[in-house]
Amino acid sequence: MDNLMAFSRRTLFGSGSAVVMSSLARRLAIADQTGETDSARPKSVILLWMEGGPSQLETFDPHPGGRIGGDVKAIDTSIKGVQISDLLPRTAEQMHLTSLVRSVTSKEGDHARAVYNVKTGYRLDPTLRHPSIGAIVCHADDGVADIPRHISIVPGQHPSRGGYLGPAYDAFKINDPAGPVPNVRGRISKERYDRRVSDLYELVEKEFRRGRLVDLEKRRTLHQTATNAALRMMSSEQLTAFDVSQEPKGELEAFGDHRFGRGCLAASRLIEVGVRCVEVTLGGWDSHITNHTSQQSACETLDPALSALLTRLNERDLLDSTLVVCGGEFGRTPTINPAEGRDHWPHGFSTLLAGCGIRRGTVYGATAPDPPRDREDPLDDLSDAVTVADLHATILTALGIDYQEEIITPVGRPLMRSEGEPIAGILS
Amino acid sequence: MPNAKSIFLNTLRWCWFALLVLIAFGYLVSGLSEPSSDDEARPRISNDDIAATVNLVDQHRLASLTAAGLESAPVADWMTICRRLSLALVGNQMSLEEIRELQRLPESERESVHLANLLNDTRFHNYWAERWTRFLVGTDEGQFIVFRRRRFRLWLAEMFSQNRPYDQMVRDLITAEGLWTDKPQVNFLTATFDSNNGQVDPVRLAARTSRAFLGLRIDCLQCHSDFLGNVSLGDASDSRGGLQTDFHQLAAFFSSAKTSELQGVRSGEVDYQYTYLDETEEVSVEPAVPYSPELLPTDGDARSRLATWITHRDNRQAALAAISHVWALMFGRPAGDAVDNLPVDQQTDPMLGALADDFVAGKFNMRRLIRLIARSAPFRVDSRAEFAVTDEHERQHAVFPLVRLRPEQVAGSMIQASRIKKTDRESSLILQLQTLIGTSEFVSQYGDIGEDEFTTDAVTVTQRLLMMNGGITKDVINPDPVLNSLAHIGMFAASDDQAVQSLYLCVVNRYPTESEQKHFVDRLRESPNRKKTREDLTWVLLNSSELAWNH
Repeated sequence: MDNLMAFSRRTLFGSGSAVVMSSLARRLAIADQTGETDSARPKSVILLWMEGGPSQLETFDPHPGGRIGGDVKAIDTSIKGVQISDLLPRTAEQMHLTSLVRSVTSKEGDHARAVYNVKTGYRLDPTLRHPSIGAIVCHADDGVADIPRHISIVPGQHPSRGGYLGPAYDAFKINDPAGPVPNVRGRISKERYDRRVSDLYELVEKEFRRGRLVDLEKRRTLHQTATNAALRMMSSEQLTAFDVSQEPKGELEAFGDHRFGRGCLAASRLIEVGVRCVEVTLGGWDSHITNHTSQQSACETLDPALSALLTRLNERDLLDSTLVVCGGEFGRTPTINPAEGRDHWPHGFSTLLAGCGIRRGTVYGATAPDPPRDREDPLDDLSDAVTVADLHATILTALGIDYQEEIITPVGRPLMRSEGEPIAGILS
Repeated sequence: MPNAKSIFLNTLRWCWFALLVLIAFGYLVSGLSEPSSDDEARPRISNDDIAATVNLVDQHRLASLTAAGLESAPVADWMTICRRLSLALVGNQMSLEEIRELQRLPESERESVHLANLLNDTRFHNYWAERWTRFLVGTDEGQFIVFRRRRFRLWLAEMFSQNRPYDQMVRDLITAEGLWTDKPQVNFLTATFDSNNGQVDPVRLAARTSRAFLGLRIDCLQCHSDFLGNVSLGDASDSRGGLQTDFHQLAAFFSSAKTSELQGVRSGEVDYQYTYLDETEEVSVEPAVPYSPELLPTDGDARSRLATWITHRDNRQAALAAISHVWALMFGRPAGDAVDNLPVDQQTDPMLGALADDFVAGKFNMRRLIRLIARSAPFRVDSRAEFAVTDEHERQHAVFPLVRLRPEQVAGSMIQASRIKKTDRESSLILQLQTLIGTSEFVSQYGDIGEDEFTTDAVTVTQRLLMMNGGITKDVINPDPVLNSLAHIGMFAASDDQAVQSLYLCVVNRYPTESEQKHFVDRLRESPNRKKTREDLTWVLLNSSELAWNH
């Protein structure tokens, strides 16, 4: 039988005696024991993407008992005087690590357009595709890693894109970390794989280059460069960061035995090996019918994962260099429709931020507990309203990126990374 | 005797059942329908009718090369040109079956016959319908749900099938009326419902119209007049900076499209109000065009007037916009900097000008335009030369430009490489399903470039991983005796030489060079496992730049 290419985490680490402990594994192990991490670490972001639009009223901004409150109850949190939904009991205990913005607004009430808006900070524009936060973060520095620095775990319908920065900044997509990383296993012996690569470059690519554009590889295709990077990734020890089965059982259980929980755990591991942005998606929030049941179900998944993630990052001193953002494309209506659901509501919804550059234990903005039914402008019911663009400027500022710096887009139009203004009240 | 009769009947029943199973199997794996007999009856196309314009385009190219002091590469071989045609018109390369059929013809006829075949192929109608759908209504789903988009795409496919003149197609879109279910073209308008509370959005349609039909990027004028010198309007000889009024006056044409639930889109009165930058009061905006106002009819419905203006014989800018898009689809990249940015104050590329003049004189005949481009020297010239090829040679069309294939072209070419026969509507259900799912998954992983169809980005690590180890690659190189060309070649190639040649033809649409032939034939002869060696060769070719780039 062929000596199968040893690209999988199991081959690298799981077979016992022949395993060589990698520097990564050592680092993770030391961190496990001491909680110490590298203080000079570049800043990273973990985006917990609540796909479908979570209800602010059933999550971070409950108004129980009133006309709009629904069936939810409010519970105290670790921030004095601040309550959140009783559907998030574990998160409530970690709120002192976070800043909660309860007054985010946008002009987009359609899923696709709103996702674009929140992920890029810009509204859809037929002339230009804007980059998402992860792409901007990766573009802003020249760091390198064997594995992609922008990763989307369990990508939803709209994974983060590179936009005008190019597809090289698109998120690398993986599904449930319990499964294998896609396309990194060669499935044949190393010798045979090497022979294929050799035939490709020594013969076929050489023939393709003959008589064509001078310096074809460097000036146009980057074919061999990308192949070499792909081969590096296939054999990289950093791939083990995807493997949450390396973690103790208790840690896995703390995050939750579901793909979102495993995704959050993998996100933490990936940040430790130099990944700059990890997006983990949780769906199930689009509750046009039976809102409470849907929100409750999604919260049961979110709560352990979010609280465990904050705890882990804090214990490992990673919150100083990692920004956690938890939110969706919009909130849900204060009114409950005849199907006991809540519809789309971009006029005041919540986003939770924690970590580097963000003040701890703060709440910014508020929605009215009993807004008039006939209010002409729903924003009148908000205090300290902020826009999605403001949220982006805040995130970039927290990450140490100049949000006002202009990037020359492919159409020759200079464009600031964000056109919003940072929310000073939550920046540390 | 009753026993014998019973046995006979049982046997007959089982035979009948077996026959049904066999037919069903055959239908699933191979399809039952024979290729249309129209293929053979199809007349050979003479190029005499387009010779004068082709000659003019070629002269312009030669003049520009001479002026730049550049040498031209020779004409490419017929197989390379036919591959380019297939990639441009049906989105994948040639099948081995198509190559073999063309090889039966005199070499001088092969390109023309292949082009004629493709223009009558439903693959062309569907493929171009998808590409045009992207730039007419975008790639965002939003409320423009999949089904509406599909209706729109099918309507466009029918238009390409009928070779409906371009001017009439544009008029159909701009003046569309009715329900989206009944009149699919109305979805050009309804695609903008999501941003305007269920009504046609004049602002988005102005932006779309200016880019798609006028080749002008005036979107920034929505918010402010041009202050960077990026947008020039007015006449070519007397241009001026773009104004905010230009954009909103164009948008005002679409305010006549009213929507009701029962009747869908209907024409009504123009009703467009806007508060311009630095003004405090909203004003009523009357429809007006951003250049050549003398071509705009004074009477009639607003949208009808706009359609007449865009498709006016003397609206050369609009004709150039059409040429620019067809050119980009043929080459995989725009003739200039961008497919939808043809500033009115810049000198028109004389080649595009000649094509635009012919397009208008030929009553906006799309197939004629495609034939013109396909027969012109820029399309037929080789991408390699004896001299050192530079970017400037590509810009001046001294060589064919190297262009990265779009994701769906890569997926289509890989799937086609795994089949001897062309993959189309007459292919087996299994193959059609595999093509649909495989392409969709591949494009999703490879990275759909959305509306930015003609970007020239280099390959990424994710893409290389997908090509090296992904599902389609695995499917193509795993020998499947029923569906896979690799298995067919393994079973039926008369010699190792023929096996290597057939694999090259299947995967990269060319014969191997002498050194390649020798290398891989030797590899086959020396190999203890010839099947694996053929798999390896297929992997190498699938992973080559040659497959993933147009050349």
